[in-house]
Amino acid sequence: MTDDIRGLTARLADEPGSLAFLELAEALRRRGQLDAAHKVARGGLARYPGLADAHDLMARILSDQGDLAGAFDAWASALQLDPMRTTALKGIAFLYFRAGEKAAAVEHLQRALEVDPDDVSIRQAIARLGPADPEPAGAAPASPEPAVPQAAVASVASPAAAPPQERAASGPFDGVDGGERGLLLVDANGLRLGGRLADGPADPAGDRVAAQLAGVSREAARATRLLGLGTWHAIALESSDGHVVLTPASGETVLVAARDAALPMGRVALLAERAARSARAWLEEQS
Amino acid sequence: MTATQSVLDRVTRVPGVRGALVIAASDGLVVAEQLMDGVDGQAVAALTGRLVGRLVRTAEGAAMRPPAFIHLRGEEGSVLAAMGPDDLVLVAVVGPDANLGLARLEMLDAASRLA
Repeated sequence: MTDDIRGLTARLADEPGSLAFLELAEALRRRGQLDAAHKVARGGLARYPGLADAHDLMARILSDQGDLAGAFDAWASALQLDPMRTTALKGIAFLYFRAGEKAAAVEHLQRALEVDPDDVSIRQAIARLGPADPEPAGAAPASPEPAVPQAAVASVASPAAAPPQERAASGPFDGVDGGERGLLLVDANGLRLGGRLADGPADPAGDRVAAQLAGVSREAARATRLLGLGTWHAIALESSDGHVVLTPASGETVLVAARDAALPMGRVALLAERAARSARAWLEEQS
Repeated sequence: MTATQSVLDRVTRVPGVRGALVIAASDGLVVAEQLMDGVDGQAVAALTGRLVGRLVRTAEGAAMRPPAFIHLRGEEGSVLAAMGPDDLVLVAVVGPDANLGLARLEMLDAASRLA
């Protein structure tokens, strides 16, 4: 037993409710001790069923053990908890490739690239696989058994993870899933340019939120610059009542996406990105 | 080791965390800190305190309860803030490769232990 595994084992024994199981199981997996890794990961998952990292880890272990269907299900669970998890998207792409389904593999890699455009390994993998259209019969790698479960495929291909839809012409959020409710486009002066938080002819809550957010883009940009964190990408706010994501739309215009707390924050962030793209196109049309 | 130091120690153990501090949200002042070189605690406290105040008011405007956790994401890292009792906020500055899920869980649990 190496020192790191010994240390992690001792730490987990001292604090069985801690997250040390993640490091320990990964260390065991890397050493090829897959049964031990599986046991540790399974115990951790029982304690933290809502932790995407734990499902991701379990998927890697199952993949190494040759349980590809189990790995697929585990990565699908990780994606349900965190739709922007590129490791899960890459893992599922790998499994599709192993199953001979090149188009689905490329599709998942492209989704991963959308989340992390700077990941060179994703670009290289897409380049190696070529375009997403179906391969001629016989060109794909041999399909391993068992085949990828169709139910899991359906769960991964959720609307939240799907590619953005084309936008219709008239409003900033036309074509965005769910319409404009729960989406706001706010200008630098705290005025609502589009969207609403509530139904009805007036939206006082939307106007109050917009007013509070006057100049927030400038403030966020200043904070990230002064702290050496580069340009600002988003602000996520978690409350027991809901999840809110702010992201820059254009100039100092900010997009606000608000959803019930039942929707995972990662999916709200994804929605905000799509809505911001739609709003940018709309703003360009207006100018 | 005090309870606050223990909380900071726990957060800074998460991979990718460059530093953690406890601030008073209303005035943006540092209460305790554990930072790597190059991280300006006073700047983090002031900027985060201001942002937290604004986002609390934003949540109020939307008829929501105050935020429990805030994440400001930049191109090269993030600022995370977990609300504690008595106006205290646990703040972490993390790099771009940090495990945000782990940091969030640790911070939410640790913030509840601040006194």
